[in-house]
Order: sequence, then C-alpha cells, then structure tokens
Amino acid sequence: MNRSVITLANLSKEKIQYLIRLSEEFERHTNRRLLEGKVVATLFFEPSTRTRLSFETAANRLGARIIGFTDPKVTSSTKGETLHDTIKMVSNYADVIVMRHFLEGAAQYASEITDVPIINAGDGSNQHPSQTMLDLYSIYKTQGHLDNLHIYLVGDLKYGRTVHSLLMAMRHFNPTFHFIAPKELEMPEEYKIYCEEQNIKYFETRDFNEDVIADADILYMTRVQRERFTDLMEYERVKDSYLLCNQMLRKAKSNMKILHPLPRLNEINIDVDSNPHAYYFEQAHNGLFARQALICDVLNIGLDQILNDNTIID
Amino acid sequence: MNKEELKVSAIQNGTVIDHIPSSKLLAVVALLHLENIKTPVTVGYNLKSKKMGKKSLIKIADRYFTDEEINQLSVVSPNVTLCIIKDYDVVEKKQVQMPDSLHGIVQCPNPKCITNNEPMKTIFHVINKEKGVLKCHYCEKEEKLEKARLVSPSNV
Repeated sequence: MNRSVITLANLSKEKIQYLIRLSEEFERHTNRRLLEGKVVATLFFEPSTRTRLSFETAANRLGARIIGFTDPKVTSSTKGETLHDTIKMVSNYADVIVMRHFLEGAAQYASEITDVPIINAGDGSNQHPSQTMLDLYSIYKTQGHLDNLHIYLVGDLKYGRTVHSLLMAMRHFNPTFHFIAPKELEMPEEYKIYCEEQNIKYFETRDFNEDVIADADILYMTRVQRERFTDLMEYERVKDSYLLCNQMLRKAKSNMKILHPLPRLNEINIDVDSNPHAYYFEQAHNGLFARQALICDVLNIGLDQILNDNTIID
Repeated sequence: MNKEELKVSAIQNGTVIDHIPSSKLLAVVALLHLENIKTPVTVGYNLKSKKMGKKSLIKIADRYFTDEEINQLSVVSPNVTLCIIKDYDVVEKKQVQMPDSLHGIVQCPNPKCITNNEPMKTIFHVINKEKGVLKCHYCEKEEKLEKARLVSPSNV
C-alpha cells in the first residue's frame, strides 16, 4: 500500500492524534539515527526555502541522506521532461519523495506513478499537509488539547490554503471558527457549506479589533496580498484594517496564542513579537517535529519503534 | 415495426443507442470510440421522435458495451436508451446511470491543474448526482456537470 501524504483532509481523528503523538516524541528526542541508510529526495519544482529547509533538517536530524533540487531551472523539467518521467527516475534512487509543485494535483498524480511514498510539500494553491500538521501540533501544544476551541482566522480566507486545510482537519474536534476578512477575501461558499455539513459552528465579521478577538483561543493570521485584489482602491482601504498590534491584545484570554504560517509582511506589527501571546516563530520550529513524524509515518516506522529507539543521540 | 424505424436498417446482433439529442450525436460517437470499430455502424440523424421532436440513434452490429462504458455517456446525454439486440429481438433495454466517476471524459476547468499540463487522463468524482456536481480527483476543484467541457478527442 502506498502511504503517501497528499492531504490531511481525509485523515481520521485517531490518525491525526497519532501523528501528534509522534511529533511529541520527536520534540523530546530530535536527533536520532532512525533513518540511517535511507535516502530522502526533496524535489522543489517551485522554490520554497522555508519548507525545504524544514524538511531537510527533519530528515538530516534522523540520519537520512538527502538528494534533490531546489529550483526547477537547473533540472530537466526545463527541457520539457514530464513530471511522470522525473518521478519515475527519482523513484529509482529515493525511499521517500518530498515534492513541491506549482501545479494543483501534482502530488496526487505523482503518488499514482510510483510505489515510493510521496509527501506533498505544497501543490499550487491546493494542499500543504505538513503545514497543517504543524498548525495542529502547535494548537495542541499551546492549548493542551484540540477540543472545543475558538479559532479566529484573519486576513485572506479566500486564497489562503492553510486556513482551508486547517478548517477541514479540525472537524473532528468540535471547533468554533470566526472568519475575519474583507469582502474580497472572505471565506469561499464551499467551505461554509462544508462547515454546515460537518456541524462546525462559524461566525463571520469584517471587524478586527480587541473586542472581537477577546474570546479567542487561537488567532490565526494570514497575509493580505496586494495581488489578490482586482480593485486596488479596495486594497488600499482594507490593508491596514487587518493589522495586529500589541494594544489589541489587552483583552485576550491568557491561553490565547497567535499563529501565522509565515512569511509575514505587515499583518503583525513587530511590537507583538515580544508579547507572550506571540507564537509564530515557535510554530515554525514545531514544523521540524511534525515533518519528522510524517517522514517516519510514510516509511512505516511506528510509535513502538520510535519509543524503543536505541539510535537516539541526545 | 413502423416505416420510420425501417429507414434505418435492423441489426441481427448488437447494440442500439436510441434517443440521443441530435446535437450530442458526435460527442457520443467520440465517447464510445466508434471511429475505431470494425463492425458495421449505422447512424440515424435528425429522425422524428414523439418524445423528443428530433432525435438521433446509432446501431452497432456485433458489439456490446460494458455498463461502465455506457455510463460515461450520461455526461453528454443522460436520457439515452440502450437496446441489446440478439437475433433481431430486443432482449434488454437500459437507461444510462450517472457513474461514480468519469475517466478521461471531462476536461478540468482549472488551467493550473496537473491534468492540463501532463499527458494523462482526467478523473472526476461525481459528488452530487442530483445536482450534477463533479470534483477533479487531482486539483479538487468542483465543476457543474452542465458547464463541463469534454476533453478533445485526441486526448481521450
């Protein structure tokens, strides 16, 4: 059976909890020789330094070796080689393929071409499961659980794939979502229908101020990008209304944490960075453990083996 | 057998696809790859029909189709009737059923979908049969059946 990770949307509650459990173990002991003798390929058909470094660090710290490319300009895909042929070729060399592609559905297709497990590191605007996994792990770590949380999604809810994936992955845990976005970037209808079908409570508002976010457990900020607007007047009008600054956090609950998939532009003022509610840099760090969990899971390395691991270095 | 039906010659064994809207005739020919069939094929175009006003039909001698092949037709014409002919008699009549998935039939409307950029077959899941809603197996974008564009025959 191919154990590829293309999306987290269809995972069971138990499987998500299991992957969180694995992430915890990898946070406890990050450096191991568990993957000694394994080769991990990182194929980045679209550059993404942050995601690639996180995956490569995850594999390196488990003792795997890494092959791959960071920029498709130096590969044969510029000569017109199909994705099919590239994947077939790399399958001869690697035990797991981490791939990022600018086309949607590329990872799913790759997983149908080869028996080598694929980990989707982002396919166009479609899915980015390792980001979702680190978001879930960050929420779990900061709140102690995933159940019954009030999660506020702020900014670009139309094109932001991270918020869509998070919404779907949280469906098992009885969340209440609050969508805060300008009209041009509001949550698409299909996701509101999804919430209704899954009995997920949600509220929508355009206002973003200290009273609106006072009940939040998680404040998930996203980039409002200029190029998403058809009407630039509208962009100029709303761009500063979704800016989080320190004084807006006065009424926040003590357990509230601010997440952001990074890179941020100007949606979180730097005066928030030193606020104890800020969590976005730790969140990125959690990506390392979440990705170690995903790599081991697709290689069929289970919790028992990780708990009884005698290759731990630190 | 009345005179209208006699205009198209009867077949001894094979399949008759009836009640095809005339505008969809060529699409049905393409979907069933009739251009590659070696047995006699008779096509009736713009025939009179009590039910439809005008209709088209296709008679294919010595050839039967699997349900899966036939159900792909529901994309272009959901009300087609199928008659299985054995020794000049209609031994079975079938209506096409909307299948659970469509393979190599519909083109994905998303230009950034992998299926529009690689030499590969499309797959769509029919996620709502009543409302005719399709979802691309690859990019996961949804598409209304009535808006769906068929893949060009060279890619089928």
